[in-house]
Amino acid sequence: MSAEHLHDLTLTVNGVPHPVSVPARRLLSDALRHDIGLTGTHVGCEHGVCGCCTVLLDGQPVRSCLMFAVSARGHEITTVEGLAGPGGELNAVQRAFQECHGLQCGFCTPGFLMTVTALLAENPSPTEDEVVEGISGNLCRCTGYQNIVASVHRAAALMTDGAGEPRP
Amino acid sequence: MKPPPFTYHAPATLAETLEVLAELGEDAKVLAGGQSLIPLLNMRLAAPAHLVDVNGVSELDVVDVGPDEVRVGAIARHARIERDDGAAAACPLLRQALRLVAHAVIRNRGTTCGSLAHADPAGEMTAVLAVLGGTVRLASAAAGRVTRRDLTAGKFFVAPLESSLRPGELLESAGFPRTPASTGTAFAEVARRHGDYALCGIAALVDLDAGGEIASARVGTISVTPTPLVVDLTDVLAGVPPARADLAAAREKVMAHVDPEADLHASAAYRRHLAGVLTERAVRQAAARSAHAPAERGAA
Ligand SMILES: Cc1cc2nc3c(=O)[nH]c(=O)nc-3n(C[C@H](O)[C@H](O)[C@H](O)COP(=O)(O)OP(=O)(O)OC[C@H]3O[C@@H](n4cnc5c(N)ncnc54)[C@H](O)[C@@H]3O)c2cc1C
Ligand code: FES
Ligand code: FES
Repeated sequence: MSAEHLHDLTLTVNGVPHPVSVPARRLLSDALRHDIGLTGTHVGCEHGVCGCCTVLLDGQPVRSCLMFAVSARGHEITTVEGLAGPGGELNAVQRAFQECHGLQCGFCTPGFLMTVTALLAENPSPTEDEVVEGISGNLCRCTGYQNIVASVHRAAALMTDGAGEPRP
Repeated sequence: MKPPPFTYHAPATLAETLEVLAELGEDAKVLAGGQSLIPLLNMRLAAPAHLVDVNGVSELDVVDVGPDEVRVGAIARHARIERDDGAAAACPLLRQALRLVAHAVIRNRGTTCGSLAHADPAGEMTAVLAVLGGTVRLASAAAGRVTRRDLTAGKFFVAPLESSLRPGELLESAGFPRTPASTGTAFAEVARRHGDYALCGIAALVDLDAGGEIASARVGTISVTPTPLVVDLTDVLAGVPPARADLAAAREKVMAHVDPEADLHASAAYRRHLAGVLTERAVRQAAARSAHAPAERGAA
């Protein structure tokens, strides 16, 4: 088998440039986890259904399993590792999930945190329906969703109290 | 669950894209949002030798609200079109339908043109193109000359996941005609979960005359026919105000025209039943949205 052609590119993740050398078929999720070592982004289904791999691309949530690393060139990527502040203080969404017990095993959590951070940045005080629709693309096999929905409302309240902006 | 190897091309302009596609012919696939293609690659259901990534071709990233139509370019994302107030005003069915396409996160990346090119009979935008009487523009290059052809939905969709796109052709843009104020539109569907592909979906277009009576009506279907089907309901609905319209006849007509298949999620009979129920629902909603609809009395 002939060696696969490698593309040299720089991925900007959480503000930090990471030079990587990857075949064109490297999924962004795998580049983040294996090439860069940021294993906070989880991989569940690899066909867009579970939402675990959600990251922000220029601030918008996307599935990192449905994108090639080569296509992410020149874009700003934010992963769950980029949500906390420089001193490690959790963002409002992370704190709300902690306070409201919005997770059990935690496998789905990075995807929820990214989706909800983006949701609240666009709509700081969502209705119950908007919250449910907003997280409908993320699957959780543990919680039954009730505490996740509560976490989203709590995060919205924390943000309007000025207790913390969702970063970024 | 990893994609097979392929050679990657990332042209920067439309001219370059058409050149690369012409050169590679049937060995190449266009990569737009990747929301249908990458799952197929991950599951190894497709293994193209070359992928031509058009995401860097900024001239294809357009939503142009013109006097006659809304024209969207090959990399205009579902989300961008959904949020465009000008497009929603000119052609309300776009936003009505896009809200039902997958989840918001998928819509951030997936494109409407990609959805049409994919020709999935469960894709909402296929029925939107069909029922509105829109067209797709296919572009190709030969010996440095660019050729374009505009096709209606009836000519473009051939079979499930099969369109008239030829090797070397790019679906450059799609045009959705403006909806006059006298015409109301609606999209009704039933999916097992929000964001899933629908078990059945109906797009309706109902035009009322100045007296508030139905002048014409038609619906487009998804998930119950191999390609989107347009059923003209003018003969059974016209000449009376929506409240007195014979919706049962409309339901029967649509049910007689669809040809659903059974699968894991629903029997053929259930899908046919849904086609009838959703026709009633969509026609009623569409009629209420016409500028000539009688003033609302309580709930719509
Ligand atoms: C979990 C999930 C749920 C979904 N649910 C729905 C749903 O409910 N309804 C729905 O309609 N869709 C749904 N989709 C699909 C989504 O709408 C896709 O975005 C869309 O079908 C394809 O658009 P794309 O830009 O991602 O195209 P791609 O995946 O990049 O391409 C799809 C196919 O079209 C070809 N192609 C794309 N663009 C062009 C072009 N300009 N010229 C020539 N060929 C082209 C490609 O070569 C490929 O064969 C879902 C997807 C996922 C992952
Ligand atoms: S791993 Fe990407 S959506 Fe499931
Ligand atoms: S907490 Fe276990 S999957 Fe959500």
